[in-house]
Amino acid sequence: MKMSRHISTGPSSFIPENEIIAATPLSDSTVMYLDEEFNGRVDNLTQVMGLHPHYLQAFLRCHYYLLRMDGPLPLHYRHYIAIMAAARHQCSVLVCHHVQEFEQIGVCSDWLRGLEFCPQRLRNLNEINKILAHRPWLITKQHIQALVKTGEHSWSLAELVHAVVLLAHFHALSSFVFGSGVNPDPEVTDVSGVPDDLCPPAMASLCTCHLTNSNQANRNSQRNAGSELEALMERMKRLLEEKEDDDASEEEMFTRFEKEKKESLLVVSKGFDEEGVPPSPVARFVADPSFGYQDFARRSEDNPPTFKAQDYTWEDHGFSLLNRLYSDVGHLLDDKFRTACDLTYYNMASHEGVDTSMLRRALFNYVHCMYGIRHDDYDYGEVNQLLESSLKVYIKTVTCYPERTTRRMYESYWHQFRHSEKVHVNLLLMEARMQAELLYALRAITHYMT
Amino acid sequence: MEKMTKVSTINGRTMFCHLDAPANAISVCRDATQVVVAGRNIFKIYGLEEDGFVERLNLRVGRKPSLNFSCADVMWHQMEENLLATAATNGAVVTWNLARPCRNKQEQLFTEHKRTVNKVCFHPTEVHMLLSGSQDGFMKCFDLRKKESVSTFSGQSESVRDVQFSMKDYFTFAASFENGNVQLWDIRRPDRYERMFTAHTGPVFCCDWHPEDRGWLATGGRDKMVKVWDMSTNRVKEIYCVQTIASVARVKWRPERRYHLATCSMMVDHNIYVWDVRRPFIPFATFEEHKDVTTGIVWRHQHDPYYLLSGSKDSTLYQHMFKDASRPVDRANPEGLCFGLFGDLAFAAKESLMTAPSSVGEVGRKTYPGGDRRYPIFFFKKPDVTEQFAQVSSALSVFESEAGSAVGMDWFIKTAQSYLLSGKPFGELCEHNAQVAKRLNRPQESTTWTMLRIMFSEPANPSMSANHNLNKSGNLPLVNSFGMKEMSAALNERNKENRQDNIHNLDSNHNNNDDNEETEGSEGQAEYLFGDAELDDDDLYSMEHENPAAEETEYLLPQEAFPIRHEIMDHPSAPEPLQEKPESPHVSGSEAESMCLTPMESFSLISVSQLLFSPHLPPKFFCPIVKEMLCYYAEQGDVQTAVSVLIVLGERIRKEIDELTQEHWYMSYIDLLQRFELWNVSNEVIKLSTCGAITCLNQASTTLHINCSNCKRPMSNKGWICDRCHQCASVCAVCHHVVKGLFVWCQGCSHGGHLEHVKDWLKQSDHCPAGCGHLCEYT
Repeated sequence: MKMSRHISTGPSSFIPENEIIAATPLSDSTVMYLDEEFNGRVDNLTQVMGLHPHYLQAFLRCHYYLLRMDGPLPLHYRHYIAIMAAARHQCSVLVCHHVQEFEQIGVCSDWLRGLEFCPQRLRNLNEINKILAHRPWLITKQHIQALVKTGEHSWSLAELVHAVVLLAHFHALSSFVFGSGVNPDPEVTDVSGVPDDLCPPAMASLCTCHLTNSNQANRNSQRNAGSELEALMERMKRLLEEKEDDDASEEEMFTRFEKEKKESLLVVSKGFDEEGVPPSPVARFVADPSFGYQDFARRSEDNPPTFKAQDYTWEDHGFSLLNRLYSDVGHLLDDKFRTACDLTYYNMASHEGVDTSMLRRALFNYVHCMYGIRHDDYDYGEVNQLLESSLKVYIKTVTCYPERTTRRMYESYWHQFRHSEKVHVNLLLMEARMQAELLYALRAITHYMT
Repeated sequence: MEKMTKVSTINGRTMFCHLDAPANAISVCRDATQVVVAGRNIFKIYGLEEDGFVERLNLRVGRKPSLNFSCADVMWHQMEENLLATAATNGAVVTWNLARPCRNKQEQLFTEHKRTVNKVCFHPTEVHMLLSGSQDGFMKCFDLRKKESVSTFSGQSESVRDVQFSMKDYFTFAASFENGNVQLWDIRRPDRYERMFTAHTGPVFCCDWHPEDRGWLATGGRDKMVKVWDMSTNRVKEIYCVQTIASVARVKWRPERRYHLATCSMMVDHNIYVWDVRRPFIPFATFEEHKDVTTGIVWRHQHDPYYLLSGSKDSTLYQHMFKDASRPVDRANPEGLCFGLFGDLAFAAKESLMTAPSSVGEVGRKTYPGGDRRYPIFFFKKPDVTEQFAQVSSALSVFESEAGSAVGMDWFIKTAQSYLLSGKPFGELCEHNAQVAKRLNRPQESTTWTMLRIMFSEPANPSMSANHNLNKSGNLPLVNSFGMKEMSAALNERNKENRQDNIHNLDSNHNNNDDNEETEGSEGQAEYLFGDAELDDDDLYSMEHENPAAEETEYLLPQEAFPIRHEIMDHPSAPEPLQEKPESPHVSGSEAESMCLTPMESFSLISVSQLLFSPHLPPKFFCPIVKEMLCYYAEQGDVQTAVSVLIVLGERIRKEIDELTQEHWYMSYIDLLQRFELWNVSNEVIKLSTCGAITCLNQASTTLHINCSNCKRPMSNKGWICDRCHQCASVCAVCHHVVKGLFVWCQGCSHGGHLEHVKDWLKQSDHCPAGCGHLCEYT
């Protein structure tokens, strides 16, 4: 318990503070400059993400463009949408932060009392908010139509696209926050200006305690860690060699995807009460809280058709649509996705000069797989070989219901890997999730437009 | 639609057929009789008949369709008519031989690419050579006689989006990449590219070699541009650039037309455009049939420019006839005109039009010749006779407004300041305003005022004019004697000398009044506030008769001598008696009556000037016209004139126009005045308005709540003694008497006193008269 106390004082409750400080060559980088210019200070999220300064730069540029720069939506709307999105995952860190930002803008502060106090127009977003957060494959052009159709509370397409990007961004960011155990910012919790009970210290401690209380079990699992890494390396090498002579038939490939999809069903984080959503101050921003994640591929039910990645890709279709309706953000997102996917240090734990692209691709595609997006040119057998079951549990938890992430999950995979590498994993998960959500949403918008 | 054209051997018309699934790519065989359509769920060959498409062959066979059938691209060999190649989304490159006897026509399968293959391309003259480009960043060259690729080209950058063999250079091919680069390769040298250049920002989705010009390559990218590159020189040069409205998915040169190319877009825009690259701003022709994005376009025959085939996501396959295309050029505006924010004017038109009349020569004119500098010179000199439309280039001229005139609204401000709305006889007001309008170069308004005077002025009324214009009596009554036709100009000329001094007098008087108002502090004064708690309408009217005396002596007497309520109300009421005097005939008697008083004189005058209208016409007769005119001005946005006329005419016209319209005009004008910070004018207008809703604007927030300076309690009753502490509330810091007039206090230290006293004090000292040490400032 003492241990956990110590850790939870830093930017992250999973990662020792000194590791982040030591690994952050930030002081002179442009990144800090960016963050300070917009934020006035460096928050915990930035510090954790700062383990990958190259990515952080792309991230912040996009983040602040969405929130502060020219765009179709007024500033206070943006923060309110951020609050709504983060609240879907009960991510109090982000909710608090944006409640504060909202306060600073100083208009319509009574919206903060809850969803029923904000305009109908914003409340209309609830539907796609919850769908995108939990089951993005259900979004259809009817949803878009309902929002865009002329009327008193209608949205213009440009506004809607801005809102959708914000929603996806903050859903994914919630995943990152929980996935790497980002602590609430002390400044945020200390500020007395925040209305009543929204961000009391008790709340902050609640989420950190909840995240840290389960670290007793991780010691014993470290004993066979050494062999674990070797095995993974071995498998990667073998896959690379096999590639040449692996002539899996089409059916085989198809079944592999299906298998992976099905198996993701079985990956369930244990010990979490399915129904028990704890009433929290964040709940006021959530409508229909019982709507949660449901597996894409459910047994004995009509599955929605698989999303073929080649038919609606980010690079071709998503980007073009986005850039048309909300210019420049396409480039920033593109840059962010690209940076996240290409980021590598050619390291794996203690090994250097390793090509990790296979691993990165497996992570990225596994997330898409859980969201029912299939890449034709990917052999999903690789996922099975590269990602151990404890990692799959972690991935599924972080992407699908991040609020249930525990420290034990974080520590139960890849024992020998550095924390920065695990943050890297989180970045990939975050971007994959965001892209998946965006693809579904933008496809629906495209269908609406044609 | 039924038109048949006979070009080479091909016949046809615009036609389409439904496919079962969205198409990803199409290709035609060499003799232009068959087309192959490939997509995720479709792979079929259609025959092109004269009056429709006929399905010839379905290549998707087998019970479980494999991903090898899921095509991203397809190409029909241009030499060997039985040979096809497809690129599959799972990374396979497949060749098909239609001559195979069995149902499955698949010939060879190459699974060397790790990611989706985006493009396959046969060599234009070599039968067995096939090139592929894939998402994994590699290009592979296959010899169809072998089981494996013969060479692999690594772009060393990102995914390959398109590969194209050069039409003229046997060994060269171009590859376009997702990161915006284009590379040129020699097929014999797989180790490194010959050339590389950055063509677009963002992915280059497509490229196409010019069928005749050896070095020309067209590229299309996600940045919505189509660029034409000249490779024949040492340095790759961008020679044309076409800006489209969406990401460019495909680009194809039009056969037999050197400068034409067809494009279709990746998203949002469903049309196919044919551009003349020399005219990059407007498409030469447009095909608008598809209802979803077009995914594949191909000219039916490589020497026939009139037939275009296209496949689309909306599951249709079209044959477009060039004759049926819509021509946006025909509907385009040949000239453009636009105002800038600061009054600048830009004008674009055909160059021939612009150069002809050089007499237009304006000050500050800048001409930007030739819209695009990339136009080669020769093009202007000898236009090709075969060109289908006359090449035009436009010149753009920008006329800048003179530096001094800000935003072109000075006339408004000047007019507002110099119009007289009251305080003179009606005729003089009109005359004055006509002059003002004339000075500001607004002849129409000037004429309007003059006409109004003629219409509504009373014929000579010596007693009246004597009252007001002793120095030049006789002038005014003459006005009626001028005929309508010669009214403004002649009249103004003649009376100019006489009027001039008069106007100056008026002006200075007017200004004096303004000055007074200002110093006494209307809303404009922020720093100093009146210490008056209550305003009573009753007081206002009871005091009116004291006005003339008060005005004269205002500054000479101590303020206490006059009750402050009177002082403030003084100005609102002051113009009213003056204004009413010229109108007195109307007020005293009815309009009909007043006309009856003067029939004789006007009658005699009429005969002289031969007026069209009989002199008996009562002013009422003109009311509909005037009303119409006012509405016209208001519609035109010149609410200033409308309101000014309304005020000056007063009772004469007021009843003709409904209250709401009037109110609307007043509100707009007052709003405008306040935007230009013409507070005094706006206040005058408010005072003079006859609408209840407007006059009460002045009454809004005129209540001042004050607290006792001793006990800090609110002062509730009238008077100067506080209820609670029974002390005098506002004592002058200079003379220590109770201030009953204008009370002025410093917002810094809250000390104050009589306006005059404080003023005097601050002339001598910077410090507060109360001795608190504060450095007060009187602004």
